[in-house]
Amino acid sequence: MSFFAIFIDALLVHNIVLSRFLGICPFLGVSSKVGTAVGMGLAVVFVIFLSSIMTWLVYNLVLVPLDITYLSTLAFILVIAALVQFVEMVVRKKWESLYWALGIYLPLITTNCAVLGVAVINMNENYTLLQAIVHSLGASLGFLLAIVLMAGLRERLQENTNMPKALQGLPISLITAALMSIAFLGFSGLIS
Amino acid sequence: MIIERLKNGIIKNNPTFVQVIGMCPTLAVTTSAENGLGMGLAATVVLMGSNVVISALKRLIPDEIRIPAFIIIIATFVTLIQFFMQAFLPALNKALGIFIPLIVVNCIILGRAEAYASKNSVLPSLFDAIGMGLGFTLALVVLGSIRELLGTGTVFGMSLLPATYNPALIMILAPGGFLTLGMLMALINFINMKRKKENERISRYADA
Repeated sequence: MSFFAIFIDALLVHNIVLSRFLGICPFLGVSSKVGTAVGMGLAVVFVIFLSSIMTWLVYNLVLVPLDITYLSTLAFILVIAALVQFVEMVVRKKWESLYWALGIYLPLITTNCAVLGVAVINMNENYTLLQAIVHSLGASLGFLLAIVLMAGLRERLQENTNMPKALQGLPISLITAALMSIAFLGFSGLIS
Repeated sequence: MIIERLKNGIIKNNPTFVQVIGMCPTLAVTTSAENGLGMGLAATVVLMGSNVVISALKRLIPDEIRIPAFIIIIATFVTLIQFFMQAFLPALNKALGIFIPLIVVNCIILGRAEAYASKNSVLPSLFDAIGMGLGFTLALVVLGSIRELLGTGTVFGMSLLPATYNPALIMILAPGGFLTLGMLMALINFINMKRKKENERISRYADA
């Protein structure tokens, strides 16, 4: 697949949240306001971009030559946890305003399954480093797109006072996500 | 004590319906009842292993690095179950795909390690794990059964609906997962609200 096809496939066709079901927890948890959703989405883009480079290097330069690829899960989660800590420290030291914008979301990202999921998909698909970077950008921007759209819809839903009590909160969010997912199904077949 | 732990995990603090954690595998693998059962049991085994080891080692793990230590213990058990499934259940392994390695970042497991196993002794932690694991499995099987029934007309591969039923394919595609869980949660909210109202009515009569 060309780089462009990988990017569009990860961004729209196999959207990481609405089609692959990765990163649902922040998608439902941090999507009540557009502002915070943008912050969370950008933090995820940043971490997924760095982590897929790091995990690709660890997998292809350490695990494959030593023939210990069965340790990939263990190695990836350690790399991601260490990376998130490191990013948090660097951002705090170098770009303080960015730290205050993203800071609270960064620790949460270690347990965001989208990060590990993208690393595992890169490994399973045998992507080259460049393909892995393009795929990680597509997937993480797809997360940003989905969470910002969701936050916009939920802000509108809060103004709705005519909703059955039993549906308020999480149930209506899930049903909204189902409708968004149906819309994204329309992209399937875009790339063959 | 044991019964209390099991009940806590399965009903009172059900990880899916009450705590709403571990959503990714819940939505992704419940395209059939069988996949839901497989995923639930795999997570239960990992949870039992990690809870027992963490509660046994809780005095040896320094407090500052407990999260990385927990993650390594959990990842070890996930790698073991991955080997087991590749060897003995290749079809299920293929159906669950990347969600087997992703058990590592399932918040239920790290959550129980942090909230329960790191503060309690081995035996209660084991039963806590069994209760939570079964609660998770139950939720996945319920969701999987509903989606499989509406999406293909079968449950656990057995045909339950008449042949004239036209399966709604959307239920086993991605939107069906969100929709089924949303509807189930609304139903649970509805029942809880009704029960609360009934209790209030009874207590009002009792006061009068």
